[in-house]
Amino acid sequence: MIGKIKNKLKEVNNRNLEQKRSDELYAIGALFDTPDEIMDAAGKTTEAGYEEFDVNTPYPVHGMDQAMKLKNTMVGKTTFIFGFLGTTAALLMIGWMSGIDYQNIIGGKPFFAIPPAIPITFELTVLLGGLATAGLMLTLFNRLPWINNPLHDTNYIKQTASDKFGLVIYAKDKNFNIATVEGFLQSIGGKSIEKINFFEVREDRVRTPIFDFKFIALLAVVTVVTAVTAYGILRYVLFLPPFDFMWKQEKVLPQEKSTFFADGFSMRPPVEGTVSRGYIPYEYQGLPDSVVTLLANPLPINAEVLAKGKQRFNTYCSPCHGYYGEGDSRLRGQFPNPPSLHTDKVRQWADGNIYHVITNGQNVMSSYAKQISRDDRWAIVHYIRALQRALNAKDEDLN
Amino acid sequence: MEFHNKALPGKVSRIGFGLLITGLILMVAAFALDYRRAMFDYLTMFMWLLSLGLGSLGLIALEYISGATWSTPFRRVSEFLASLLPVMFLLVIPVVVGMKELFVWTDPQVVKSDAVLQGKEPYLNTTFFIARAAICLLIWVVFYFFLVRNSQKQDSESIPQYTKSNIRLSAIFTPIFMVTLTIIAIDFMMSLFPHWYSTIYGVYYFSGTLVAAYSALTLISVLLKEGNYLSSRINNDHFYSMGMLMFAFNIFWAYIAFSQLLLQWYADIPEETFWYIIIWEHSWKVVSIALFLVHFAIPFLVLMPRSVKTNLKKLKFMAIWMLVAHYLDLYWLIMPAYDHHSAVFGWQEIGFPLFAVGVVVVIFKMKARKTNIIPVGDPKLESGFNFHL
Ligand code: HEC
Repeated sequence: MIGKIKNKLKEVNNRNLEQKRSDELYAIGALFDTPDEIMDAAGKTTEAGYEEFDVNTPYPVHGMDQAMKLKNTMVGKTTFIFGFLGTTAALLMIGWMSGIDYQNIIGGKPFFAIPPAIPITFELTVLLGGLATAGLMLTLFNRLPWINNPLHDTNYIKQTASDKFGLVIYAKDKNFNIATVEGFLQSIGGKSIEKINFFEVREDRVRTPIFDFKFIALLAVVTVVTAVTAYGILRYVLFLPPFDFMWKQEKVLPQEKSTFFADGFSMRPPVEGTVSRGYIPYEYQGLPDSVVTLLANPLPINAEVLAKGKQRFNTYCSPCHGYYGEGDSRLRGQFPNPPSLHTDKVRQWADGNIYHVITNGQNVMSSYAKQISRDDRWAIVHYIRALQRALNAKDEDLN
Repeated sequence: MEFHNKALPGKVSRIGFGLLITGLILMVAAFALDYRRAMFDYLTMFMWLLSLGLGSLGLIALEYISGATWSTPFRRVSEFLASLLPVMFLLVIPVVVGMKELFVWTDPQVVKSDAVLQGKEPYLNTTFFIARAAICLLIWVVFYFFLVRNSQKQDSESIPQYTKSNIRLSAIFTPIFMVTLTIIAIDFMMSLFPHWYSTIYGVYYFSGTLVAAYSALTLISVLLKEGNYLSSRINNDHFYSMGMLMFAFNIFWAYIAFSQLLLQWYADIPEETFWYIIIWEHSWKVVSIALFLVHFAIPFLVLMPRSVKTNLKKLKFMAIWMLVAHYLDLYWLIMPAYDHHSAVFGWQEIGFPLFAVGVVVVIFKMKARKTNIIPVGDPKLESGFNFHL
């Protein structure tokens, strides 16, 4: 069995891959030994009036474009344009994300600011510039892959791929003539002059085997086998549950007991003396309502404030006091019914006293200062005043 | 050797002395009119000259330890510029004499009422300051002396041994160079705002120094090339490399400047941000924006294409541009300490750069009279001439 496979492999290895060549001449190539020689040769070739020729070197030789009188390529400009696109895209992206779509206060900084955007902008500039250059160099500029380029599998290209510098003159050049070109290459110091013919298959660009069905199928099989093997080994050999990376996290979930803090709480109370944003101390906290004087409602009376007051009142007060403040609780006796808010006592109270009850609480009614913001409490007071006036409307109110 | 030392024309010394004397007269007038302001201008000029001299010595050391050969044909330019270092011993005297005007921490009255300055007193005091400055200058001059002596001896003796000992000297010098440069940058510039600190300050000054040194090298090399004082074998690839390094270190400068800004902006600690507030308010804001454009944005775009770096005229223009930009950089670092609210600029500021350029030209001319402009005995020279990218 193993012997058979071995033989088969040997066979594949030694199979003659060389494609047949036609009789039609493609180009004549010559080799040179040093970069200086090839520079010189390229210069002389342009001077001799040849236009269809090329140079192959094992590494980029600077200044060759000038020696060959090549025009500047678009590569540099492409990089610049795509790099610039990257810059713009990054700034727009960050501007949109953190400035408009998902505003978040981080360290008191503006939602969008230039300094933190620069590193990402830089990365995207380099990324887009680099990828576009590499991708377009391969496809647009060099039009690769070109697998039946007649230069392939010649002694000429093998030598230039290691340590020689080659120059080819193509047969399509208008001054081309086998004898003169050979003589010319010799005269400028070219060695191992080689005639290169077309392959028998002459389409200039043959489809690459990358898109061959067999190749794609092989890739798919390799992918599936690798994935399944990796999963199997992790799961059944190493007993590492795979793919749970996301749900096992070093963080505390709701209702979970903390193993780190001695008291078992994972939510920590704020540091003593912490004051919440927008907090304004209430000077009558805990005092009887007789001392509440000089406390005026700071809010204007308008539709907006009354609407706010109504909304808050219905949410927070109406379960006990009823929608119209008449003391008709919806709690079915689970909590002592409060008195009506339309008694003479409450009607004659100053705004400050109602506010004081909400903020400080009164007997069994507890304080609502924590649930309702300061402004909303004052809005509720306005709304209660409106309710009171509605039940005791005077004639002039009807106008 | 095809090279024959050709004396620089007498015009050079006339220009040099002309600038020197005009500058000196204006400087004296500036000192007479407003002593304090002139002191700050003087410090700016001092740091600019130091950048050229010290940066050039750094470039020499860099060439030796990296084994670079492309820059060998121009090394003398850097050597001549580095000879500013011994002169710095003279030029530092006014700074030390006028210390009281420059540095608030020299005033015992101020220190007494300032807890932060009391904490920094063991470092920031007059005696230690002068000692540090003297030691750093001495170290530079000693290394300058040995490096340049070896290089020049090689002209007549052509022994590779000199290159070897210079490599060793450079390897020792490089870390010392970094440390001493940081100390001087902190002492002479950062301590103008003794409450403020930035741990990247030394690197910031270093990056500016190298930009200045490469620009000066480029400018002078192009001028010499135009007047045919350099070998004809020096080609575009050499100048391209200089332009590229100028470009690269300019980006490095921007990178460091931005790193400092980004970290201090994020941390938002009052003892760091107050300096940025000063330079981002009133007319200093204009200078800050100008610095960004002049020192980074414009040269970045202009120096990017290869055609500019191989065109000697454009390269010369950009080298001058970068030298001015470095002066602006130092002005921006130093002058806010003179006036927090407005960027002062008037005729008083003109004399100092004139004098500085005059000093450079005169010293260069003096050095070039005695020494070859090309290190003819250096074993790396041939390979330097043959340099191709
Ligand atoms: C859990 C039920 C409950 C809720 C909710 C509640 N209250 Fe009360 N409220 C009472 C009770 C009970 C009393 C009577 C307390 C006492 O014995 O003095 C009272 C008393 C009052 C009084 C004083 C009446 C008087 O005659 O002394 C006012 C004013 C008042 N509430 C306003 C409000 C407002 C405004 C809200 C909404 C923010 C509110 N209450 C929410 C139960 C409630």
